[in-house]
Amino acid sequence: MALVEIKSLHKSFGSNHVLRGIDFTVEQGEVVCVIGPSGSGKSTLLRCVNLLETPQEGQVIVRGEDITHPDCHLDEARQQIGMVFQQFNLFPHLSALANCTVAQRTVLKRPAEEADRVARANLERVGLSDKIEAYPAQLSGGQQQRVAIARALSMDPALMLFDEPTSALDPELVGDVLTVMRKLALDGMTMLVVTHEMAFAREVADRVVFMDGGVIVEQGPPAEVIGNPKEERTRTFLRRVLDPTHVEPTP
Amino acid sequence: MSTVPTSGTDTPVERKGLSPRQRAQRSRWIQYAVLVVLVLAAAFSANWGQIVSVFFKPEFIKSTFQDGVLQALVKTLEYTAGAFVIGLAGGTLLALMKLSQVGPYRWIATAYIEFFRGLPAIVVFIAFSLLPLAFPGMTIPWDPYGVVWLALGIVASAYMAEVIRAGIQAVPKGQVEAARSLGMPAGVAMRKIVLPQAFRIVLPPLTNDLILLVKDSSLVFMIGVAADGYELTGFGRDLANTYSNLTPIVVCGFCYLLITLPLGLLARRLEARTARTR
Repeated sequence: MALVEIKSLHKSFGSNHVLRGIDFTVEQGEVVCVIGPSGSGKSTLLRCVNLLETPQEGQVIVRGEDITHPDCHLDEARQQIGMVFQQFNLFPHLSALANCTVAQRTVLKRPAEEADRVARANLERVGLSDKIEAYPAQLSGGQQQRVAIARALSMDPALMLFDEPTSALDPELVGDVLTVMRKLALDGMTMLVVTHEMAFAREVADRVVFMDGGVIVEQGPPAEVIGNPKEERTRTFLRRVLDPTHVEPTP
Repeated sequence: MSTVPTSGTDTPVERKGLSPRQRAQRSRWIQYAVLVVLVLAAAFSANWGQIVSVFFKPEFIKSTFQDGVLQALVKTLEYTAGAFVIGLAGGTLLALMKLSQVGPYRWIATAYIEFFRGLPAIVVFIAFSLLPLAFPGMTIPWDPYGVVWLALGIVASAYMAEVIRAGIQAVPKGQVEAARSLGMPAGVAMRKIVLPQAFRIVLPPLTNDLILLVKDSSLVFMIGVAADGYELTGFGRDLANTYSNLTPIVVCGFCYLLITLPLGLLARRLEARTARTR
């Protein structure tokens, strides 16, 4: 059984039809990268997987549980889905450690020592054992994003969602975050990543999904989708991303 | 290469009259002169002996202290502090009601806030002073604190509710999303994530509300508390009547400034800090 199963998903914001029937699955242990031009609906798709956006139509099934069902125990379902945001969204009034313990304590009801131990282990995992007492404002963007990853990991999720995790970072800080994500993938974490980092997608992803205009245009192993795309739309997009200064010849 | 266009002759342009700088200078001198004349006129025409004996009579200053202006100051602080706690609790509750998904809660909160913000505080105090007459035998516990805290707190909560609501809404949406994505129920996210940040945001305006509350506590004398419950205004008025002299009121006025000026300074400091961290 797939870890995540999405069936004919539709989502509109007013008259803007952002997702136009999405079907796809993520298997246990798989790393899936979603690529596509801005406005193609990839972030919306990701936000539908933990129901931060409520789809109008279709189903999202996580570990056999339909989380789009109105009577779903959504808070419990979300505990197993970690999410990392483009803007980090760390809690600015809490230290790095407390950012990682607050949900463990209040949601999982873990005792203080256990929550503390888990948080420290995860902060060490993202290479920030020396920043445990720091507040978000004292950390660089790359460090903040790694704390955000540790915060999500501290809930022991079965799946991690990444919503353009490096897009808000200064170029020289992107590497640290991608290194952490690469390590996570190697550890066998199931990951769904919306990204513009083609090199990362090519190297780490088991599967790449190309979205445009609210539909999945093409998906498959990165060597095929990025290396040898079948669809013209994919080719056009990749040409623009991989060679931004390239000027299209006018027909 | 382009050349600067010049007129046929090389003579500079002649302009008449004062330059703007000279005119501003002259205007400033005139303003200083007017001020000096007015101050001198006031100083010479005033009857200083009378002014001192009516407003700052040393023996009345002394007896104002002996009669217990400091106790009255403490009462003012106690009344204000209790009312602030009630206002804060009530204001938070009203703010949450105003943001509630349940329509009637929103309506009740809106009605309450608009009603008590639109009313002069003194009307509320007069109503409270008449309560024992209207309901014979009715008592509010902890006399006189109970009735004072209640009357002041009811008005304060209406003002604070709007401030706190604005603070809650100023917390970025991403904070709630992050909290919910970790599996926190809405109530926990509000308590652990949103409210602590909201209160940090509203600290400066809340300090301003506290200053207003210090001043509003002067309306307590409308309720008709016993003499040992007098705060600064009631105490000062009573004494000024006894002496037929304004000195006690002036002393009480300075006591208010002793509270409000540092609070005002604190509010500006907090505002500057908030401005820096954003």
